[in-house]
Amino acid sequence: MANIELIQVEKKFGDFHAVKPMDLTIKDGEFVVLLGPSGCGKTTTLRMIAGLETVTSGEILLNGKNITHQPARERDIAFVFQFFALYPHMTARENIAFPLQAQRVPKDIIARRVKEVTKLLEIEYLLHLRPGALSSGDQQRVALARALVRKPQAFLMDEPLGALDAEFRETMRAEIKKLHIRENATTLYVTHDQIEAMAMGDKIVVMSAAVIQQVGTPAEVYHNPANTFVAKFIGSPGMNLLPGIVQSDKIILPNGDSYLIPQQWGPVFMNGWNGKKVYIGFRPEALIIDKQGCINATVYSEDMHGSHVMLNMGINDTQEIVHGRIERGVYYAINAPICFNIREDMVRFFDAETGNALKAEVKL
Amino acid sequence: MPMVEHQGHAKAAITVRVILALIACVIFLIPVLWMLATALKPREDILSIPPKVFFTPSLEGFVSLFTQRSTLTKAQMEEYKQRTDLTWVEKIALERGLAVVGPSQYVSRLKNSIIIAGLSTILAVVMGFLAAYSFSRFKIAGSGDLLFFILSTRMLPPVVVTIPIFLMYRQLGLYDTHIGMIILYTAFNLSFSVWLLKGFIDEIPKEYEEAALVDGYSRWEAFIKFVVPQSLSGIAATTVFCFIFAWNEYAFALMLTSERARTAPPSIPSVLGTAGIEWAAIAAGALLFLIPVVIVTFALRQYLLRGVTFGAIRK
Repeated sequence: MANIELIQVEKKFGDFHAVKPMDLTIKDGEFVVLLGPSGCGKTTTLRMIAGLETVTSGEILLNGKNITHQPARERDIAFVFQFFALYPHMTARENIAFPLQAQRVPKDIIARRVKEVTKLLEIEYLLHLRPGALSSGDQQRVALARALVRKPQAFLMDEPLGALDAEFRETMRAEIKKLHIRENATTLYVTHDQIEAMAMGDKIVVMSAAVIQQVGTPAEVYHNPANTFVAKFIGSPGMNLLPGIVQSDKIILPNGDSYLIPQQWGPVFMNGWNGKKVYIGFRPEALIIDKQGCINATVYSEDMHGSHVMLNMGINDTQEIVHGRIERGVYYAINAPICFNIREDMVRFFDAETGNALKAEVKL
Repeated sequence: MPMVEHQGHAKAAITVRVILALIACVIFLIPVLWMLATALKPREDILSIPPKVFFTPSLEGFVSLFTQRSTLTKAQMEEYKQRTDLTWVEKIALERGLAVVGPSQYVSRLKNSIIIAGLSTILAVVMGFLAAYSFSRFKIAGSGDLLFFILSTRMLPPVVVTIPIFLMYRQLGLYDTHIGMIILYTAFNLSFSVWLLKGFIDEIPKEYEEAALVDGYSRWEAFIKFVVPQSLSGIAATTVFCFIFAWNEYAFALMLTSERARTAPPSIPSVLGTAGIEWAAIAAGALLFLIPVVIVTFALRQYLLRGVTFGAIRK
C-alpha cells in the first residue's frame, strides 16, 4: 500500500482550467473522498493520478517516487469506473482475471486470487455469466473484484455508486467501506453526493470551481466549514447563512432584529469589524425555537423526515429562508409568527466579502 | 375468449408478414433466377417467345465462356465425329460445329478480380480502421479538416478522374498492373472505410480501453483485445461494402487495364461473340461473377446483424 502526494498539480484543456494548481496528500491506508458538484475538476484529478489524463504542470508522487509522466499501466493503481467498464465479451471470471493476465501471472495463481476476491465479495456463483446478465450491483461487485484482484498500490473510484439503483447504493456503500476496513487500502473516492462522502470518508476533500475548498474529517467540514461554499454544500439542507452588519457586540439583520454575538466570539470582532457585512452560519440542529428568541420569523412549511421534522421559516421582511430541526409531534401553523435563537456553541461566522470563515480564538 | 382472439391476430400478422417477405424474395430473386436459367439454356431456347420456363439444360453457355473456338468445315466435322478422344467440352462445342482451340481469358480475369478486389479490400479496411481509431481516440491537430479532406476524395465521380489517373499511371508504369489497381481501389475505398469505421468506434465507450490501460495493458494490447472484437460488426459491414465496390468497379478497370490486370467486369461484355450475341455465355459469366460477393456477404452475415455493444455500460 502507498501514499500519494500531489504537488501543485494543474490541468488545462486548451483555455479551460479544469484543475487549478493543488496540493493534496493521501496517507497510506486512508480513505479520502473527493467531493464537489459536477464539473469541479474532481474526476480530472482522479484521472491524472491514474495516468488517464496528462498533467499540465506539477508533480504526482507515489510513495515518494515521481510518477507524473509514467504510463497508466506502470503505476499499479486500480481504477473503478462509474459505468463499471466490464468487458462485455468476457465472463465475470475472465473480467476479474484480466489484470493478472497483463502481468503474466501463472494460471494457478490467477485461479487462486480470483477465488479469494470473489469469496470476499460473495460473487462466486456468477463467475460464468457475462456482464450483460448481471444486475448493476453485481456488475459493480465484479468491477471491484477486478480492481482488488491484483493487490494494487491504491484504489481510485470514480462515482462507483452513481450508476446503481437506490436499493443497491446503500448496500454497496457498506460493502466498499467494509472492504476498505479489511484491506486497509489507500483509496481515493470521487462523488458529488455529500451524504456518501460523510458516510465513507476518513477525510473529505471539498472541491469547487477547480480549486480545493477544504480538506478535513467529515466532522470538521460539517461543523467548521472553511467558507460559505462548503457550509452550503455539506448537509441537507446546508448550513443556514443569515446576512447581517456588525455593530459593536451585535449583528443587525436586514429586518432590524439584532443578534448578540456570543461572548467567546467577542475578541474576533474586536478590531475593524464594525459596520462590515458578515454571515451568521448555523446548522438546522443549532436552531432553538424560543419565545424570548431574538430573531423573528414566520413559519413557511414543515417537512417530515421520519426521525425529525424540518421546519422552514421565512425571516420577516426578507427573502431569507432558514431551516430548523425540531422534534416530531410539535406542530406550527403555516404563517404563524415564531422566534428563535441559535446555540452559542454551534454558531459560525463568515466574512461576506471573501466567503471565508472567521476563526474563533478558542477551540469550539 | 380474448386471449385466443389475441393469439389469432398474432398468427394472422405473422402469416401476412411471411407472405410479404416471400413476395419480396421472389421480386428480388427473379433476375438472378432468370440469369441462372439463361446460362443453362441451349441457344435456340434463349430468345424463344414465349420464354421457355422448362427446357433441357445445356452447358453450352459455360463452354463458350471458358473456351476459344474456331468454326469447322464440313469435312473437318466429319473427321471430328469419328474421333474418340474428345472431352465432353469438345463434344458440346462440336454440336455447334465448333472446335475448342484453347481456354478463354475469363478465368484469368476472374482471378485478377479476386486478387485486386480482395487485397484492396483488406488494405482499405485495415488502414481505415487504424486511421478511424486514431481520429476517434486521439486529439489530432486539424482532425476536422483532415476528415473533410479524406471525404472529399470521394466527391468526384470515377469517370472524371480516370484520364488524369491514366496519364499518371502510364508515367509511373502502373498501367495494367495488379499493384496499380490495388493502390487505386484502396485509395478510393479508404475514405469510405475511415468514415464508416469512425462511426462504429465512436460508439464504443472509451472507458473499456481506459480500464485495460490501468489494468496493466498497453494501448496496442487494449486495441487488439478490446477494440477489434467490439468492432467486428463494423469491420464486417465495411469489408462487404469495400469488396462490392472493388469487385463491381468498371470505369477504372476499363481504362487502366488491358491484358495482364484486366478484371472481370470489363471482360464480360467482350464475350459478345462474333456470330450473334452469346447470351448464355454472358449469363454464365455474370453468374460466376456474383458468387464471390455472395460468399463474402454470407461469411460475414453473423457480424453484420449483431449489435456493436451489448449491455455492460449504462448510459
